[in-house]
Amino acid sequence: MDPMLPRRYRVLRARPESAGVATVDLAPVDGPPMRFAPGQFNMLYAFGVGEIPVSISGDAAAPVLTHTTRDVGPVSRAIVGLKEGDMLGVRGPFGAPWPVAAAKGRHVLVVAGGLGLAPVRPILTHVLANRADHAGLTLVYGARSPQDLLYADDLRDWRARPDATVEVTVDHARPGWTGRVGVVTTLIPRALAGVAPDSVTAFLCGPEIMMRFCVQALGQIGIPPSACWVSLERNMKCAVGFCGHCQFGGDFICKDGPVFRYDRVAARIGVKEL
Amino acid sequence: MAHPPLLLRDPRDLVTALVAAGFRVIGPKPAEGALTYAPITPDDLPQGLTDTQAPGNYRLEPGPPGRWFDYVVGPHSWKAWLFPARQKLFSADRTAAGFDLTAHEDPYPPTAFFGVRACEIAAIEVQDRVFDNGTFADEGYARRRAATLIVAVNCARAAETCFCATMKTGPRAERGCDLALTELATGTGLLLEIGSDRGAAVAARLALPLADTARQAEARAISARAAAAQTRRMPQDVAARLAANPEHPQWDDVASRCLSCANCTLACPTCFCSDVEEVTDLSGAHAERWRSWDSCFSIDFTHVHGGSVRLSTRSRYRQWMTHKLSSWHDQFGTSGCVGCGRCIAWCPVGIDITAEAAAICEGGPP
Repeated sequence: MDPMLPRRYRVLRARPESAGVATVDLAPVDGPPMRFAPGQFNMLYAFGVGEIPVSISGDAAAPVLTHTTRDVGPVSRAIVGLKEGDMLGVRGPFGAPWPVAAAKGRHVLVVAGGLGLAPVRPILTHVLANRADHAGLTLVYGARSPQDLLYADDLRDWRARPDATVEVTVDHARPGWTGRVGVVTTLIPRALAGVAPDSVTAFLCGPEIMMRFCVQALGQIGIPPSACWVSLERNMKCAVGFCGHCQFGGDFICKDGPVFRYDRVAARIGVKEL
Repeated sequence: MAHPPLLLRDPRDLVTALVAAGFRVIGPKPAEGALTYAPITPDDLPQGLTDTQAPGNYRLEPGPPGRWFDYVVGPHSWKAWLFPARQKLFSADRTAAGFDLTAHEDPYPPTAFFGVRACEIAAIEVQDRVFDNGTFADEGYARRRAATLIVAVNCARAAETCFCATMKTGPRAERGCDLALTELATGTGLLLEIGSDRGAAVAARLALPLADTARQAEARAISARAAAAQTRRMPQDVAARLAANPEHPQWDDVASRCLSCANCTLACPTCFCSDVEEVTDLSGAHAERWRSWDSCFSIDFTHVHGGSVRLSTRSRYRQWMTHKLSSWHDQFGTSGCVGCGRCIAWCPVGIDITAEAAAICEGGPP
């Protein structure tokens, strides 16, 4: 099969998340639904505009394909503007997933910054659906402002779960915000109070600088970089290792990543303009 | 090679045999002052040409009369045929229900590459690994590659920019070809070695005499001389040194000279980066996806929302050279450099990859 040829999908549901951010649920026009693993991504093709990589945000056990996109360029603007019934091209799924199954018996820590909640949402749905398989679940989520928080319904449901800890913080509060203010790193020790450091597997997604500081903060409480996984982002034109755009040292983010164990990429994340 | 070497009087006879065997023959063709690769007829094969190459310099010139292959590589490489510079991937047409997609494949008849140098065979083998990376395969590339017969020419001389010997890719084609020619002393013909059954079938059309052992020894000596004539060297520890030195001051030095023009990446026979563009007609009802050669020297290459990752020329040159000589090993198990010297000759400011590699290997941590 030609890995560069998309399949056509139909928008089942489109909903705004926050200013310039929207989530779409998709189903294939023909053929079976896509099977994917948490952390993988698709190339989304908007007719007449172009194609971009977007992480998969839905439940891996559900038949619909869910993507959350922020309007930052022509293609993402077209995707954010999709309405129910519209058509979209999809290639995928691509990339190495979060090793959620390997975290069986472990305390799963998810740290997300901004739109970084989108690629980790499948971890949360999976772990919550299979909660007995894991020692614990903690989500630490930071956004710029309360208006930028994604998945309001999910956050409410997740907070309501007695078997999960959810901490949310914003950089800049607005009137009416009664939650925390500050960066996610400062919340990590509190969120993990009482959790044995050697039981934690951490999944981090957000700006590279956020992930770097989170790994440092985790290191200070005894969670090594080898227990931390990150998802990286680069320009991609093919997602199959042909176009060369996403190279990060010897790795192609598209097929060797986007999810990497932190110790594998630690030395490179610190190098400017790599 | 299982078949004994033969003696070919005139290389045009081999082109004729290839055409008779049903191949489109792509071969050397002088154009605009340089040696290019284009469809040829037997009479197109140039004679009496040589070249002069140096950093930032290439001249195709008259050479010893009667010689067929005294020039070496020009700005073109075979990748233009196996991995075309512009390829349509698919087209999309608006419909009432959305859009329809139509896959696209350009035709590629059975093709013979005539005059492939050893470094170029190595380059083709490098791209074979790129376009079938173990996870994904480029079907179009595989189809073109399978339909291509390779007639090698073992270089009888080296340009000043050549360094295949130090990259262990040449100058003698030891494998990867269906037929291989070595031009013997002027007027005495060419040794024709057979590398595959497909090659043997073509050679059989010519009813050639066997080459005696003296001719075979002469061909080996010619290759040995072409190797010995090369002066440029690649440091043996370059892969590890580059990996360890992303902040070496030499990157600033080379960035002060590099124009970020992308000539090196276009001339390089292994560079494979591509862009994919959406092209629409004026009605907006018809769209096409086109893949075209791209370069890690272009500013948009690393564009993500918020800007480009590699803004400075320093970071882009570092990416190109570190990829070519170091991280390529991590990705594909070989160097991405085959020692053809194109990037040296076709760099408008004469940057020499072997000199830059040496400068980084000499200073900085191992």
